[in-house]
Amino acid sequence: MTIKQLSIFVENKSGRLSEITEILHKNNIDIRALSIADTTNFGILRIIVDNPDKAQDVLKDAGFTVSLTNVIAIGVDDQPGGLSKIMKYLSDKDIGVEYMYAFVSKEDNSAYVIIRVEDNAKALEVLQNNHVPILTAAKIYEM
Amino acid sequence: MPEKYWNSMETAPLHEIRALQSLRLSQTVRHAYNNISFYKKKFDEMGLTPDDIQSIDDLHKLPFTYKQDLRDNYPYGLFAVPQDQIVRIHASSGTTGKQTVVGYTANDLVTWSDCCARALTAAGGDSSDYVHVSYGYGLFTGGMGLHYGAERIKATVIPASVGNTQRQIQVIRDFGSSLICCTPSYAIVLGETMRDMGISTSELKLKAGIFGAEPWTEEMRHKIESLLNIKAYDIYGLSEVMGPGVSFECSEQTGMHVNEDHFIPEIINPETGEVLPDGEQGELVFTAITKEALPLLRYRTRDIASLSRKKCSCGRTLIKMTKPAGRTDDMLIIRGVNVFPSQIESVLLNLGMAPHYQLIIDRVNNLDVMEVLVEMNQDMEFDAVRLVEKTEARIKAAIDSTLGISAKVHLVSPKTIERSEGKSKRVVDKRKLHD
Repeated sequence: MTIKQLSIFVENKSGRLSEITEILHKNNIDIRALSIADTTNFGILRIIVDNPDKAQDVLKDAGFTVSLTNVIAIGVDDQPGGLSKIMKYLSDKDIGVEYMYAFVSKEDNSAYVIIRVEDNAKALEVLQNNHVPILTAAKIYEM
Repeated sequence: MPEKYWNSMETAPLHEIRALQSLRLSQTVRHAYNNISFYKKKFDEMGLTPDDIQSIDDLHKLPFTYKQDLRDNYPYGLFAVPQDQIVRIHASSGTTGKQTVVGYTANDLVTWSDCCARALTAAGGDSSDYVHVSYGYGLFTGGMGLHYGAERIKATVIPASVGNTQRQIQVIRDFGSSLICCTPSYAIVLGETMRDMGISTSELKLKAGIFGAEPWTEEMRHKIESLLNIKAYDIYGLSEVMGPGVSFECSEQTGMHVNEDHFIPEIINPETGEVLPDGEQGELVFTAITKEALPLLRYRTRDIASLSRKKCSCGRTLIKMTKPAGRTDDMLIIRGVNVFPSQIESVLLNLGMAPHYQLIIDRVNNLDVMEVLVEMNQDMEFDAVRLVEKTEARIKAAIDSTLGISAKVHLVSPKTIERSEGKSKRVVDKRKLHD
């Protein structure tokens, strides 16, 4: 029930993001969602793509540091309080969110959120008990 | 398996070694005085004559020779024989100023090959081996030195030189390389690349490696031994004295036997020049006593080591020197604290990280600051900033407590720290730019 996210370590040099996206383009890899963490010395580009294993291979071959992390993608009611409700389910069970980012599906106009937590199994259990829709890997790659 | 030696000199009784050294020293001093105007002038100024040097007990009377003397006499001023007897030239990379040029007669090359043959034999090598030489070939002495040594023991030489790591690994696997010679940092690169290529050490015939040309630590030895599943031997040398093979390690792996029938080692106090007793650490000094082309007297290596006559389990009687702790000119003084780059290497290996790092020293507001760049491992978790910072903090804490000074630590992508000829560029001292 988790999906694979690629994290790419990017030094603060101009042109690096362009290089990465160019490689993905050349290999016909589609980006579903992305976020960037930026610090003074480096950035971390996190992406959800339609073919994470292939993306990892081609980026590694090009000399990038890439890792795969299992994250959870959930559907969120696209209205005020939709996300707040879900965050409360998690915080009530003491599950801290390391980071998260949102994206919208072009098919059904729904809102989705990627969350990264310490313990995926525990978070999935809490979300399922509260009937939060969880995206499967297959679904997100097909979008 | 009984210990193998290349020749009987390695196990000769001490009095025989000393007698031979005394004879060769007096001959060499005469040769240098008669044929090198630099030495004649020096001797004359000091009121010294070749007759004053009868045995190795007179060694301390001789003047020191410095790297600067080679530069001042660039390129051939210190050669003791005419050009028609010189059959080979090598030169050391001149990172600061002119290159230092060294020459060899045909006999010198035989001596050198013998020294490397001893090192290869001590590492278990013989005519049944495939010796893969991944030192750079060219003016640098590393490649040719081990190459000729391997031919001397009638092994099969694979002169791979440096670069194209994936192809090297293919060669090691397909050609059945059983002994490898390269810098320790390149051995790590080979091991890691092999792992990335999905090649297991069980597919290889490698059994041992001879590593030198840069200082390395015990931790690095363990890392190489486990990565490549081999026994890792140290070798020491410098082009001014001969090249690799001035000293070499045996199965005991507790220091390197000096080929003292060719090179007399001394340890001195680098400040005062006073000779120190065995066991004490100081600057290593060599007198070459069989070289025809470039017989340097009391050459200051700037390497910090100590000597020991303790009986070695391998049976060799040749004196042993410790792994150089660093070079007097590699030693950084940061906020008054002595720092050797090899200390950072130990810290990283102890933390289970690869020893790919670079020190950047700068002076900000009259205060020295040290920044350490460390290459990330592919298996490091880094998708959250917190995880990267946690790793940096862990390295910083270990460096701060080992060195006693505070460093800034930054992780960088793998393979982004500059490497040249298999030697990594360990230190960028920006303070020098301001002076």
